Amino acid sequence: MKKLEVFDPAMCCSTGVCGVDVDPVLAQFAADLKWVEAHGVSVSRYNLGQEPQAFAANPSVVKEMEAGIDRLPVVVVDGHIVSTGMYPTREQLVQKLGIALTTEEKPRVRISAAGGCCDPKSGCC
Amino acid sequence: MALPQIETRYLFFTGKGGVGKTSLSCATGLALAEAGKRVLIVSTDPASNLDEVLGVPLGRAPTAVPDAPGLCALNIDPEAAAHAYRERMVAPYRGILPAAAIQSMEEQFSGACTVEIAAFDEFSKLLGDPTATADFDHVIFDTAPTGHTLRLLTLPSAWGEFISSSTGGASCLGPLAGLEKQKSLYAATVARLSSPAETTVILVSRPEAASLREAERTRGELAELGIHNQILAVNGLFAVAQSEDAIATAMSRRAAEALAQMPVALAGLSRCTIPFLPKGTVGLDALRLMAHPETAAPPPSEGMPSIPLPPGLAGLVDEMACTGHGVVMTMGKGGVGKTVVAAAIAVALAERGGKVVLSTTDPAAHVAATLDGAIPGLSVTRIDPRREVADYTAEVLAKAGKSLDSGALAMLEEDLRSPCTEEIAVFRAFARTVDEGKDGFVVLDTVPTGHTILLLDAAEAYHREVMRTQGDMPESVRQLLPRLRDPAYTHVLIVTLPEATPVHEAERLQGDLARAGIKPYAWVINQALLASGTTDPLLSQRGRYEVPFIRRVDDELAGRCALIPWLAEAPVGKAGLAQLIR
Repeated sequence: MKKLEVFDPAMCCSTGVCGVDVDPVLAQFAADLKWVEAHGVSVSRYNLGQEPQAFAANPSVVKEMEAGIDRLPVVVVDGHIVSTGMYPTREQLVQKLGIALTTEEKPRVRISAAGGCCDPKSGCC
Repeated sequence: MALPQIETRYLFFTGKGGVGKTSLSCATGLALAEAGKRVLIVSTDPASNLDEVLGVPLGRAPTAVPDAPGLCALNIDPEAAAHAYRERMVAPYRGILPAAAIQSMEEQFSGACTVEIAAFDEFSKLLGDPTATADFDHVIFDTAPTGHTLRLLTLPSAWGEFISSSTGGASCLGPLAGLEKQKSLYAATVARLSSPAETTVILVSRPEAASLREAERTRGELAELGIHNQILAVNGLFAVAQSEDAIATAMSRRAAEALAQMPVALAGLSRCTIPFLPKGTVGLDALRLMAHPETAAPPPSEGMPSIPLPPGLAGLVDEMACTGHGVVMTMGKGGVGKTVVAAAIAVALAERGGKVVLSTTDPAAHVAATLDGAIPGLSVTRIDPRREVADYTAEVLAKAGKSLDSGALAMLEEDLRSPCTEEIAVFRAFARTVDEGKDGFVVLDTVPTGHTILLLDAAEAYHREVMRTQGDMPESVRQLLPRLRDPAYTHVLIVTLPEATPVHEAERLQGDLARAGIKPYAWVINQALLASGTTDPLLSQRGRYEVPFIRRVDDELAGRCALIPWLAEAPVGKAGLAQLIR
């Protein structure tokens, strides 16, 4: 079983509604984690404000924080850091975790009414 | 006997700020102790003056009150509790995690939510766990001003529901990580509060219409929470049969009318009445007098002393009117007349041709009731926490919700139901209101002292956060603290009564403001009997008692000072409010 660990910056809640402004990425990421969990990945999420012991117990995460607090969030797969300073998209998680997608789950190319392409960051084009 | 008859182990005194909750809880506690009971008095008010009333320095552990065998007291200072909690969480990681990580953790624990939750946690330990207070026959809670009290009292069920409905894995349980473990303690707290065999709630009110309305509001809200064992305590009733004196007659009549017109459900409660005591309620002797008012010596007949008094409000209003715009904030302990002073200033500024918004953040808003007609140029608004939360929730869902799948949306909605959301929503509304002062005048009557400080603290924490993220932040929020600190933009008026506790607390408020970098524009001494023109012996005795407090404010505390006499005609409506601006 693949193991995914997320080391979040200190925040009140994982959807970020308690901050000065809401970041939709946080809410989506929380949902994506539930989704990868449903695909057989063991997921652990640690908040610096609430579970500092998990950070202290991981030397490579401490090393990242020493380089700069903006390296958080740190995403770790099976003990290896796979991303820092950003929340990966669902597609990136799929790739890093090697999740096999069913046909319905595969991202489909959509052509918008205006004829343009979708957001390049979404990975659909 | 004037004091409430007590059968239960737990007692709560609740009421609008300044009605005498602390005095009454101390007098009741002292009377029980002198009847041979072991009594613990607990204050959960962030602006507690329990120390002052009992004449002994208090801390988080029960302290015996000298010369009162059997009586102990303790103070739960929510800010100190939050600080202790923050230290418990952060200290073990100093030197282990990088300094930037430690700082980021500390900032996370400096929000208003942490203070609220830490205070409630302390409160639960005393109420939810009987062994914590096993040494006492009675535990008396001198609770904080009404809005805060209700928050505290509704929190157990709010958290109860919140915890049980929390399904998402990483939901917003706030900074209190161990909350789930406290569930049974909180459940016990709720059960104890609503058990009539164990808990009595004493609604303390002055014999005034606004105060009684507030008591009725609290009665209803507590009843909704299943708390029915309630007593009404009417504090400070002044009653004369017949008098030549206009002030004595007006005071007596106003009280009688207010009591006669009190809401039916409130009138249906069992009631006790404490008479008007001219010499304050600080110290054990004064507290004993509250229990046995019949032992008071008759007032001497020496009349009112003649001392130079500060001028009226008119000069200050004229000066503020010249600036044409900005924010006027009236601050002070609850019940000192912040709302009335704010309303009077708003009306006077509008009459001088200004465009004025009168706004209240007081949860017990009665601004609208003091303005019975429309005045050109003046509009009245209210920061209603419930509506602000609804608006904020809708805004967040509209902005962040559209890109989310149903799972993410459900988690977001769940987090928006957390108690922290209210703090943020109200804070944003406050910032927005202050922002309106750039085009005209905004007059704000702020919430009682303790909560106001929390709000300013929140402003400070937000200020730091905003400087760091510079995200999608409303300009009004980014501007808030600099504006509050700008004497050309914001005029802070500290309102007080010429009495020991209000002056003492106003002095503390001035200190807190100074730490936040805010300097008051002026002080306003409200309801001075000394300047009312009364010759009634009892009221004159009270007037003499006011002298040292007026002197202290005018000579030592205030840069500038204005004084408003006790008025025979109630300060209601345009004409009534105009009396305040002389």
